[in-house]
Amino acid sequence: MPQRLTRFFASRKGIILAGAVIGIVAPLLQKLGNPKNMGICVACFERDIAGGLGLHRAAVVQYLRPEIPGFVLGAMLAAYLFGEFRARAGSAPIVRLVLGAFAMIGALAFLGCPWRAALRLAGGDLNAILGLAGLAAGIALGVQFLKSGYTLGRAPKTYAAVGWIMPLLMVGLLLLRILAPTFCKDGPIFFSASGPGSLHAPLSIALIAGLLIGFLAQRTRFCTMGSIRDVILMRDTHLLSGFGTLILVAVIVNLIFGHARLGLAGQPVAHSNHLWNFLGMALSGLAFALAGGCPGRQLFLAGEGDGDAAVFVLGMIVGAGFSHNFALAGSPDSVAAGVAKVGGLTPFGQGAVLLGLVVCLLIGFTMREQRKEI
Amino acid sequence: MATVDARGLSCPQLVILARKAIEAGQFPIEVLVDSVTSRENVRRMAEKAGCSVAVNEMGDEFSLTLTRR
Repeated sequence: MPQRLTRFFASRKGIILAGAVIGIVAPLLQKLGNPKNMGICVACFERDIAGGLGLHRAAVVQYLRPEIPGFVLGAMLAAYLFGEFRARAGSAPIVRLVLGAFAMIGALAFLGCPWRAALRLAGGDLNAILGLAGLAAGIALGVQFLKSGYTLGRAPKTYAAVGWIMPLLMVGLLLLRILAPTFCKDGPIFFSASGPGSLHAPLSIALIAGLLIGFLAQRTRFCTMGSIRDVILMRDTHLLSGFGTLILVAVIVNLIFGHARLGLAGQPVAHSNHLWNFLGMALSGLAFALAGGCPGRQLFLAGEGDGDAAVFVLGMIVGAGFSHNFALAGSPDSVAAGVAKVGGLTPFGQGAVLLGLVVCLLIGFTMREQRKEI
Repeated sequence: MATVDARGLSCPQLVILARKAIEAGQFPIEVLVDSVTSRENVRRMAEKAGCSVAVNEMGDEFSLTLTRR
């Protein structure tokens, strides 16, 4: 039976099922309280976690999102049930930390990771097209590096306890969310009183949703970056059928719930600065491609024992801290005194995205293995 | 006979290596991988490329033998 299930989940039907479930669950979470077009956003939720811990002090985006621990622990459960938990670590962890940080800086310039780009599109936010185009461009660049021998090297097997560290950190986050202690006057744990951080689905539902998606995604290897990469690299549409299904199903569910509103200007938690929407996601796409997975996939890998993916996740949380502390994140379109104002990036944010692109290019160019002829 | 040792590598590098071996055409090709994900990814790519795939489980590692169909 487990073998048959494994073959099913590895099949096209399996990946389509995963995409469909995410496409239903994400708008549902939004209906139950999560911010608009943000039913699930791995980058935003990790940014909120960084805020909840006080690693940045942007008061509107602070909340220990239970979906993220759910992703890791659901993937871990699936990996153990199917005998796939395999602790490994040591494939250039410092590079993964840097890639994670810049992936986050790029995502927060756009205001969302690939998951949210899909959900924004499904909610009618046409700025997401620029984001997705940037994502594809960044990934296409990453594919060129992969083709020319880019690799961060092999990850050796290690003690199972190494693979447990990230899941245990996630249990710790959940405990902090549940107990909500205050560590000092005006100190963490922070909970936003207004803004996106104050909007959230009930704890138990968010956690169950996270566990379910983590479980399914571990079984099916759902990956938003991989879906575009595999098409460019080898004309393989397997993963893309999952990502495409996500968007399609989310459109339908959004229409049923009345969430969708078509347009460019004034979309929820979004800006219509096209250049930086494109470049922000291009940076993210390149960083994800060089690190071998989208932010969701990195969480699922961390759950099945991949210590390097865990370092990437920590890099994203660190990147979120820098992003908000240094005013690098995009500001949404706003209306002030009846006048619509286009949001976007500060000069610091623009500089950080460009710096990130330069760093990722350097990583791509300098970390190539001369292949032995086979 | 060609051997691709893809243990410890993650996707897509190992799939690229296996595909290069298929293009080089020295069948049968043995691909060594150490995860179920890698096994399934190589299997899917190889079957698409017109190969038959036989899997041999060796502890927690796998040896895939690719032959021309």
